[in-house]
Amino acid sequence: MQKQAIFQSKLLPYALVAPQLAIVLIFFYWPAVQAVIQSFLLQDAFGLSTSFVWFENYLDLFKEPAYFAAIVRTFVFSFAIAVSSLSFALLLAVMADKPLRGSTLYRTLLIWPYAVAPPVVGVLWVFMLHPSLGVLSRYLRAMGIDWNPLLDGDQAAALIILAAAWKQISYNFLFFLAGLQSIPKSVIEAAAIDGARPMRRFWTVIFPLLSPTIFFLLVINIVYAFFDTFGIIDTMTRGGPGKATETLVYKVYTDGLLGGNLGSSAAQSVILMVIVVMLTAIQFRFVERKVTY
Amino acid sequence: MANVTLRSVRKTYPGGFEAIKGVDVDVGDGQFCVLVGPSGCGKSTLLRMVAGLETITGGEIDIGGRVVNQVEPADRDIAMVFQNYALYPHMSVYNNMAYGLRNRGMAEAEIKTRVEEAARVLELSPMLERKPRQLSGGQRQRVAMGRAIVRQPKVFLFDEPLSNLDAKLRIAMRVEIRKLQRRLNTTSIYVTHDQLEAMTLADILVVMNGGQVEQIGNPLEIYQKPATTFVASFIGAPPMNLMPLRADELKSQITGADGAGIVGIRPEDFVISSETGSGGVALGLTVEAIEHVGAETFVYGSRQREEQGVAANPGELPPGEVIVRVPGVSGPAIGERIRAVAPRDKLHLYTADGRKRVGE
Repeated sequence: MQKQAIFQSKLLPYALVAPQLAIVLIFFYWPAVQAVIQSFLLQDAFGLSTSFVWFENYLDLFKEPAYFAAIVRTFVFSFAIAVSSLSFALLLAVMADKPLRGSTLYRTLLIWPYAVAPPVVGVLWVFMLHPSLGVLSRYLRAMGIDWNPLLDGDQAAALIILAAAWKQISYNFLFFLAGLQSIPKSVIEAAAIDGARPMRRFWTVIFPLLSPTIFFLLVINIVYAFFDTFGIIDTMTRGGPGKATETLVYKVYTDGLLGGNLGSSAAQSVILMVIVVMLTAIQFRFVERKVTY
Repeated sequence: MANVTLRSVRKTYPGGFEAIKGVDVDVGDGQFCVLVGPSGCGKSTLLRMVAGLETITGGEIDIGGRVVNQVEPADRDIAMVFQNYALYPHMSVYNNMAYGLRNRGMAEAEIKTRVEEAARVLELSPMLERKPRQLSGGQRQRVAMGRAIVRQPKVFLFDEPLSNLDAKLRIAMRVEIRKLQRRLNTTSIYVTHDQLEAMTLADILVVMNGGQVEQIGNPLEIYQKPATTFVASFIGAPPMNLMPLRADELKSQITGADGAGIVGIRPEDFVISSETGSGGVALGLTVEAIEHVGAETFVYGSRQREEQGVAANPGELPPGEVIVRVPGVSGPAIGERIRAVAPRDKLHLYTADGRKRVGE
């Protein structure tokens, strides 16, 4: 069955999609084309001369060990952020799904962090975990941990992962809660009568039924960790100490805007764009086919 | 193999709502007990309490000589068939049936034997590798049955298992369920709102209303001697005609009607005749509508003015309307005036509040 709207005028349908197309063209295609063009160009330090260099910017990137380090780092970050925020959100959602007193309040409180802008999240966590000002830092020191994310790269990375994962928990929580509530109660009751204890019930019935949600969120979280953590990184560590928290997106910013190497920065953007397209393709392919059932 | 005994079982929700107001039922070993009643009467709640899915706030539930009030559903040795079947959508038919056995640590070889046996009985053998979504409603229903029988539990619980099926399949499955239960001889409790299903399946019929038991007995006994006007109007289709008896003409016709406030007459107990049954009832009716069912015909008549009253259970019969069953396709025409006569021994007399039979 195909639903087809019938228009009197041939122009009307085009007029109706025009605003949307205009926005996409101006804010996505135009900058994207600019980035691709830029990635083939090389400018001198003062921006006085520009030459067309074909794929030199890309080749240079792959010769640069720092770029490889950033790729590895970004993947580690994404994986850590996605796994930790997904598992923690799932745990919270499973608990919130139980018929508890005040569950509405509890759910509302859990959703709030999503409304906080990433840079604000960064600032909050910086204050809590600042080596000399932070409240939590005192406890960490008291436990004998030499806590100083301003100097220690691994600790800085942990801090970024923590803040970014925390921010994403609300979003994941919402989807998990909706996913849990869409599982018919009688299926879980049937499992209980079938002799499955709560833990077994979770792993053999609830978890498989949630798998489409989990897969969807996994992709969303990876995209988030790749691209939307910029604000958090910028306010918390600015990619430092050293380059310990410089992800691919942050490197685009530092190389292009701070380093002035527009050609290389554009090439990196194009590579990122390809990654997003790939992730989206995977998303569509699998989510539409549905996972497990 | 087990008895199920409910002793003054109560359920009060935290808000104070009393869903079950003290129910006593005794289901003997291997018996098929049907809980029937209108929606909201507490029959499903009661079944879920037996299953362990709802807490029991008063009284005791005893399965096979063991009080199970504090026992987890898994440990009650029961199996339940849900209205929406509650199959595990991500598991194959085989795994749906094997799940409960695996949870109990049964050997795979034994599981295979049991599942294949159940599949053979339920004619599911060619579908063992399919997922529930690839099955029709009737097949899903059979998988739900299979999941219950492979466990060989002490008690089967059925929560309106046929209400999602179409009429024809419902009758076929009804017979299947009864045959299967007879063969396995497993004590069963079955919830339904369909009085026909209740009548045909039950060894013991429990008619419930408003969280209370109205009557317990074998189905024919209940049909022949409904204890209250509620049971009288609920069991039987079309429902029993209930007419108030004040100091009116109707009352003076009936012998031994002292203390009675309502008279009930089943549609099939009327005869269209010009004679007056001695001590029985003769009603002058104007035919308003006729329903031909084929084997029988239902005549809807309105009583003449002097005999008009109010139906005892509002909603069951419009005021003054009387249903008369005539065998075959013969019968009066619309607008015709007829006399419907019922003999004394076919009358059901109740107190004015409808809670008690009188005159027997």
